[in-house]
Amino acid sequence: MCGIAGLIHRGKSSKVGHELQGMLQALKHRGEDSTGYALYGDTDGKNFIMRFKVGENVGEGSTSVAEDVSVYDERKKIVDNYLSELGAKIIKEDRILPYSLRYEIEYDKKDLLNFSQKIESIPGVEILSMGKSLEVIKDLGNAKMVCDRYNLDKLVGTHAIGHARMATESGVDIKSAHPFWGYPFSDVSVVHNGQLTNYWNNRRALENKGMRFMSECDSELIAVYLAEKMRDGASLEEGMKDSLSGLDGVFTYFVATKDSLGMAKDTMAAKPLVLYESDELVAMGSEEIAIRSILPHEIDTYDPFDGEVKVWQI
Amino acid sequence: MANLKNTEKKTKAQAMGMHTEVLTGRTQQKFFNPDEAENFYYFGTYDVDFNKRTDLDVLDMTAPEANKEIDNLMSQGFGTIVIKNPQGKHSLGVGILNKLNLIFEGSLGYFGMGSCDGPIVRINGRVGWSCAENLMAGKVVIEKNAGSCFGAAIRGGDLICKGSVGARTGIDMKGGTIIVGGDAGAFTGFMMQRGRIIILGNVGINLGDSMYDGTIFVGGEIGSYGSDAVDSELTKNDQDWLKRKLKVAEIGENFDVTKMKKIVAGKKLWNYDNLEPTEKKGAI
Repeated sequence: MCGIAGLIHRGKSSKVGHELQGMLQALKHRGEDSTGYALYGDTDGKNFIMRFKVGENVGEGSTSVAEDVSVYDERKKIVDNYLSELGAKIIKEDRILPYSLRYEIEYDKKDLLNFSQKIESIPGVEILSMGKSLEVIKDLGNAKMVCDRYNLDKLVGTHAIGHARMATESGVDIKSAHPFWGYPFSDVSVVHNGQLTNYWNNRRALENKGMRFMSECDSELIAVYLAEKMRDGASLEEGMKDSLSGLDGVFTYFVATKDSLGMAKDTMAAKPLVLYESDELVAMGSEEIAIRSILPHEIDTYDPFDGEVKVWQI
Repeated sequence: MANLKNTEKKTKAQAMGMHTEVLTGRTQQKFFNPDEAENFYYFGTYDVDFNKRTDLDVLDMTAPEANKEIDNLMSQGFGTIVIKNPQGKHSLGVGILNKLNLIFEGSLGYFGMGSCDGPIVRINGRVGWSCAENLMAGKVVIEKNAGSCFGAAIRGGDLICKGSVGARTGIDMKGGTIIVGGDAGAFTGFMMQRGRIIILGNVGINLGDSMYDGTIFVGGEIGSYGSDAVDSELTKNDQDWLKRKLKVAEIGENFDVTKMKKIVAGKKLWNYDNLEPTEKKGAI
């Protein structure tokens, strides 16, 4: 059934990695096949942060095929070469796990489409996120396991969205885990709870328009759908409102950009969402216990209505 | 015993569409001979004293642990129990088949007060999805907002939310009354079979979709009507009943009920007398 959570601090930064971990861990009964974080950290905004994977987690429960670590090394070398060819300079390199890497890169071109296509032309390589503030971290296991594995507890930032996944429509692997990057837009990420029934029709149409899908997870469609709308000049909110009729099925989803956080709920209101809103903080999750993990005192919360779209700025 | 064959009352009830309803749960039904009352035993019930009061802090308890402790306190005769720190936990207060005065100081998660029969409950916070599902008798008052499927399949009792509620309020309800002080989401009264829903604010799309019977009263704007939901005349009996009900519910006491809309089932969707296609073949 999956659980989603998100929060945005307005006018200040906080330990969003720690806070989101608590929220997602409170929702672990909704699925712990994989957990993902999209964290918007405090940076100087000069360089891009690229989170990418060169292989899959083949641990317990994974549906991926095991590969030798030397294959990962080989793919990493090709990525490094391609970055050099693209004119991107690696400022800092972290190999967090054999298959998961974080690069801080200097890259002054605005077009991330060619950049991403080049990097992802390497079989087995996928950019999880690309942005000057956004970092998408996703892996198998519950929120605490992923947080500990990637040391996310201390990450300071303004906002974040996350997802606790029960795999239903596609495999138990990182590529199908949420959040999805709004490829090829810098700093856009999406998490979704629900099921989209016109996935293939939309996917075919979007692929014909040059958009890319990395998985067969229906939720990825939302990120691609919004990215395509924004590519054509729509604002985030306009794209989200359009999605209420363009996407069929049941859904509640969050989308985040460098300076905003939004939610949309389908017209059937079939998927849960509880929202807390104040001048300093907006926190939301599939269940109230997610919000309670960071706000244990008595607060006023509510369920957004059917067909509702909301966007908040930092 | 009360004369249940009072003709005047029966006519009034029929006029309001209540003639087929059984609005009370087992604790309030007189389906046995009072002379044999001492032989009657309703599993899971206790003699409690409303003046015997205690607090229960459930901060570090799971829902089953908290519910067992409530049961334990009732078995000791406590008739008023105040629950501290519910913290949005799911399934708190379910399955209480007793007269009890229960107060939650905080919010509940999903399925709070489900399958209850008899307690008087006040929740000084918000409730998640499916609050008081299957309520048979008693009264549940929520001071703030409620999630979707509020009062799903209730059979009796009064369920009151002073704030706004989510989608599918009163879905499949078979009796009782749901009263909402604020707005309600889409599909309010979806497939309801009996009972009454009162919404003082606005309601979303598809109000009363596929309702079989029952009545919905709306004080604000209606997003759209669902299949087979139709307007009906608001009678004097309806207005009197609404006034009385809102007063008891502690909300909207001064609300102008004369301007409320009354929505009922058009009863065009279903017809049990019709033959199934295969049966028609046989008949021919």
